Amino acid sequence: MIRLEHVTKTYPKASRPSLDDVSVSIEKGEFVFFIGPSGSGKSSIIKLLLHEISPNRGKVIVNNKDVTSIRGWRIASFRRSIGCVFQDFRLLPNRTAYENVAFALEVIGKSKAVARRVVPEVLELVGLGGKEHRYPHELSGGEQQRVAVARAFVNRPLILLADEPTGNLDPDTSIEIMRLLDRINRTGTTVVMVTHDSNIVNQMRRRVIEIEGGRIVRDQARGVYG
Amino acid sequence: MRAKYVLTEVFVGLWRNVTMTIAMIITMAVSLTMLGASLMLYLQVGDMKDFYYDKVQVSVFLNTDITDQQRADLEARLKSDPAVQSVFYEDQETAYTRFKDQFRDLPDLVKSVGPESLPPSFRVTLKNPENSDKFAHALEVAAGLNTGDDTSPSPDPSASAAAPSPSPSASAGTTTTASGSADAPIAGIKQVVDQKKLLEKIFGIIGSIQNMALVVSVAMGIAALLLVANTIQVAAYSKRREVAVMKLVGASNWFIQAPFVLEAMFAAVLGAFLAFLALIAGKVFLMDGSLSDLNQVLTPLSWGRVLLMLPMLAGIGAVVSAVTGWFTLRAYIKK
Repeated sequence: MIRLEHVTKTYPKASRPSLDDVSVSIEKGEFVFFIGPSGSGKSSIIKLLLHEISPNRGKVIVNNKDVTSIRGWRIASFRRSIGCVFQDFRLLPNRTAYENVAFALEVIGKSKAVARRVVPEVLELVGLGGKEHRYPHELSGGEQQRVAVARAFVNRPLILLADEPTGNLDPDTSIEIMRLLDRINRTGTTVVMVTHDSNIVNQMRRRVIEIEGGRIVRDQARGVYG
Repeated sequence: MRAKYVLTEVFVGLWRNVTMTIAMIITMAVSLTMLGASLMLYLQVGDMKDFYYDKVQVSVFLNTDITDQQRADLEARLKSDPAVQSVFYEDQETAYTRFKDQFRDLPDLVKSVGPESLPPSFRVTLKNPENSDKFAHALEVAAGLNTGDDTSPSPDPSASAAAPSPSPSASAGTTTTASGSADAPIAGIKQVVDQKKLLEKIFGIIGSIQNMALVVSVAMGIAALLLVANTIQVAAYSKRREVAVMKLVGASNWFIQAPFVLEAMFAAVLGAFLAFLALIAGKVFLMDGSLSDLNQVLTPLSWGRVLLMLPMLAGIGAVVSAVTGWFTLRAYIKK
């Protein structure tokens, strides 16, 4: 499903590479944590998978496609197969929960009728039934992240990327979000999550890949943070 | 449904930066007005050239002391020239009558001139008026009037002396006159005036007016383009969250950029329409109004030509601002 082959990424003007000859393979339906200290290069992995950045060397393969060879307008359609959630939610403040999720469908050309059918369903799935018409500022942090997850998942992507999705949330709310991601994972969606929340990693007992100084120092099935 | 989304975005965007939108429309309108005016001038001048150059004659002014024999010889020579279509003789009396008529508004001038001070002349109409400069030059050489500092553009003296063999082209025909008379200068010619030279001076002036209008329209056009680029950046910035989400969920670049590009195009088309109104006002109040006397000199400006400016200006404005918008956004969205 996802394969990095000897990927090296050095940002311009950086003294050392953010990712240094990283190789990793993630199967369909897996739930993987990337952990490591700030600046270890774990967020670069998300950016590589989204084709926001390109590696200096090596290959990034997602859904059997070499991401680095995708050009121009195909990047957009490639991204439709990937959902993404961030620490800062990235919701549109002037749109309701429903409209935020519908927006993601609308801008990839889905009709309003499709949105009317699919959006309430996915909002129900993330546990926001009855709060469809609240604006982001009327929702708690956890609820806002649920909207973001709903938006990422509404298009039924094969892969869900989460970049520190619990970074702004208190421990209890974090666990609720993790339950949600787990539920999504059980539908067959591959989940890749970058975090440094040790609590969560220890509780979930999923595959843990630890990165330090741009290199993989540990890759453990059913691992813990420590 | 997509079209509806895009259109809504366009109008919301235009309204959000309404002052900027107005500035953009006004600059567009002014620069397109200048462009339209200079385009119309260009077309008009083309018409006028066709109109006047077709009627160009070469005037051969004669010395007042020319003998009848000399005059008859000259007339025969002109008439036998293959490049000449017709020759008309204007004697001093006729010239005086025409002069009185031309300057009837200036009685003092008319009084001070008698028929004897106006020279008789031959008005030579050529088969091919475009070659009037060559013909006039050749005639001057033949009459021994050419002083060497002549400004006439093309004729090559060596060619006119060297080629007596008649070739089918009209220009070769005119040179025959010169080469045939190289031995003895034609007597009695005072001055040869090629009307084309006068016209060229006039068209030179019109041309520089036109160039000025073009320069102004280009300068205004650059200002308009910078405004378009700036307005689009502001619009893109005010929608940066939407743009980020659209990129994230995989909206196509076309879909992200279209509303911004259409905003710029809309402003351009509106500007073109205002420019078109300005040109109509120009025709009504200037060409048909206060400058209508000039219609004897200028060929009249047709409504069809003014109407033609609407699609042209709208097209030019829309394409140019769409391209500017597209490139501004590409740079902006790549970030």
